[in-house]
Amino acid sequence: MTVADARRRRERRRALRASLIALVSTVVFFGVLTALVVNAPGWATVQESFLNQQVFEDALPGVINAFWVNVRLFVTAEVLVLILGLLIAVLRSLPGPVFFPVRVLATVYADVFRAIPGVLVIFILGFAISGLGLIDPRTDAIWFGIIGLTFVYSAYVSEVYRAGIESVHPSQDAAARSLGLSRLQSLRYVVVPQAVRRVIPPLLNDFIGLQKDTVLVSFIGVVEIFRFAQIKQAAAFNFTPYMAVALVFIVVTIPLTRLTDWLIARDRRQSAAGARG
Amino acid sequence: MSTTAPVAALSIEGLEKSFGELAVLRGVDLSVREHEVVCLIGASGSGKSTLLRCVNLIEPIDAGRIVIEGEEITALDVDVNRVRRRIGMVFQAFNLFPHMSVLDNITLAPRHVLGTPRVDADAAATELLERFDLADKRGVYPDRLSGGQQQRVAIIRALAMRPDLLLLDEVTSALDPELVAEVLDIIRELATGGMTMLIATHEMGFAREIADRVCFLDRGVICEEGPPDRLFSDPREPRTRQFLQRIIEARRL
Repeated sequence: MTVADARRRRERRRALRASLIALVSTVVFFGVLTALVVNAPGWATVQESFLNQQVFEDALPGVINAFWVNVRLFVTAEVLVLILGLLIAVLRSLPGPVFFPVRVLATVYADVFRAIPGVLVIFILGFAISGLGLIDPRTDAIWFGIIGLTFVYSAYVSEVYRAGIESVHPSQDAAARSLGLSRLQSLRYVVVPQAVRRVIPPLLNDFIGLQKDTVLVSFIGVVEIFRFAQIKQAAAFNFTPYMAVALVFIVVTIPLTRLTDWLIARDRRQSAAGARG
Repeated sequence: MSTTAPVAALSIEGLEKSFGELAVLRGVDLSVREHEVVCLIGASGSGKSTLLRCVNLIEPIDAGRIVIEGEEITALDVDVNRVRRRIGMVFQAFNLFPHMSVLDNITLAPRHVLGTPRVDADAAATELLERFDLADKRGVYPDRLSGGQQQRVAIIRALAMRPDLLLLDEVTSALDPELVAEVLDIIRELATGGMTMLIATHEMGFAREIADRVCFLDRGVICEEGPPDRLFSDPREPRTRQFLQRIIEARRL
C-alpha cells in the first residue's frame, strides 16, 4: 500500500467519523428538546389548543385561500415599491443647489416613513384619509393597505438603492460625462443599472419583510390570512389556525431567503474572481 | 487655412485650481494647435491629470480660462455636455462600463448623445474595432479583456464621438509592461492621422518619439516647454534637468 493510499484512507475515516458525530449530536439534541417539551406540565393543554390536527385540517384550505389576498397585497406593493423607491433614491442623489428642495423632500419622506411603525401608517391611511370623504367610501380597504405598505417599504428600499448608487465608483460617472452624456443620461445608462445589480440581495431581504407585514393590513378590516385565522380561532376556541398561518409563511418565505443567500454568495464569488482577473 | 493666425485648437490661459488648501495648478498657460501632439511630463502630483480634467470640465476651475477653437468653454453659461462631445478623454484606469459589451460601451454616447441610429452606430463601432484588431471582441464584456485590450476599447470609445481633441491621462500607467506597446501603437497611429492630442505620460521614450512639443509641469506651472529633442537632450531649467536625471536613474528613458 502506498503512502498516498494510506493518506486517502485516513481522510475517509476522518470524514466518516465527523458525519457520525454530527448525526449523534443532532439526535441527542432534538431528543432532549422534545422530551423536555412533551414532559412539560402544560403540554397536554398546549397541544390541544395549538396543535389540534382536526382544527388544522379544517382551517388549512381557508387559510391558503385567504393568503391570496396577501399575495395580491405584496405583489402589487412590491412593484410600486421598486418604482417609488428608485424615484426617491434618484431624487436624493441629484446634485446642485437647484435640486436642494427636492433633496430635502425626498430625505424627509425616507426619514418619516422609516420612523413611523408600519401598522400606524396603514391605520392612518385606512381610517383618517378614507374618512376625509375625498375618496369613494366604497373603495376596497385593500388599496389603503397597498399604499401604506408601499410608503413604508419604498422608504427603506430608497435607502438600499441610494447605497447602491453611491457604491458605483465616481470614475464611471466621469467616463460617461466625458463622453457628453448628461447627468440624467449617466444615471440612467451607467450608474443606476450597475447600482440595481448590486442591491438585488438586500432588496429581496426587504421584500421578505414586506410579505410578512401584509398581515398588518388586517387592522383596517381586510380579511387576509391573519384575520381569517382570527375568525377561525374565535369560532373553534382553538389557536391551531395561527399555526397554519405560520406554516404558510414558512413555506413561502424560506425559498426566497435561500435565493437571497445564494445571490449574495454568488456576488461574493464573482467579485473575488473579478479581483483576481 | 486663411492667412491670419490660425485659431488654436486649445488654449489655456492663467489656469488655477486648488483642492482646499492645496494649490495644484498655479497659473498654467498652454496652447495646442490643430493636429499637434503635446505631451505633459512631470512628477506625480505635478498637476498633469488635474490639468486634463479641467480641460474636460470634470473639475471646475478657480481662475483663468480655457478656449477651444475660439470658444471659451469655461464661461459660466456654456453647455458642458455640448463641449464634452468635442473632447475625448481616456483615463488611466480605462473606466469602461462593466455592465455593457464592448460594442455597447462604444455606441452608448453616439446613440444617446448624437442620436445616431443603432445600425449606423454599430457599423461605425465595428469599423473602428476592425481597424484596431479588436473585431472579435465586439460582444465581449470588459472583464474578459486584458488591460491593454480594455484601454484600446476605451480609446475607441472616445474616438467614436469623433472628437476634435483627445485627452489621454497616463493611459499606460495601469498596464503590465508587456501590454503597453499595443496601446502606444494606437496613439502613434492617431498622431500620424493628424489627431490633436494632449497626453499626460510617464513614458519618456514615447513622448520623445511622438510629441511635437513636450511640456514639463512642475509645482502647478509649466516650467519648460519645447520640441522633444531639445527638451530631453538639452533641458534649460535646472528643475527639468533634475527631473530628467531622476528618470534616467530609474531607467525610464
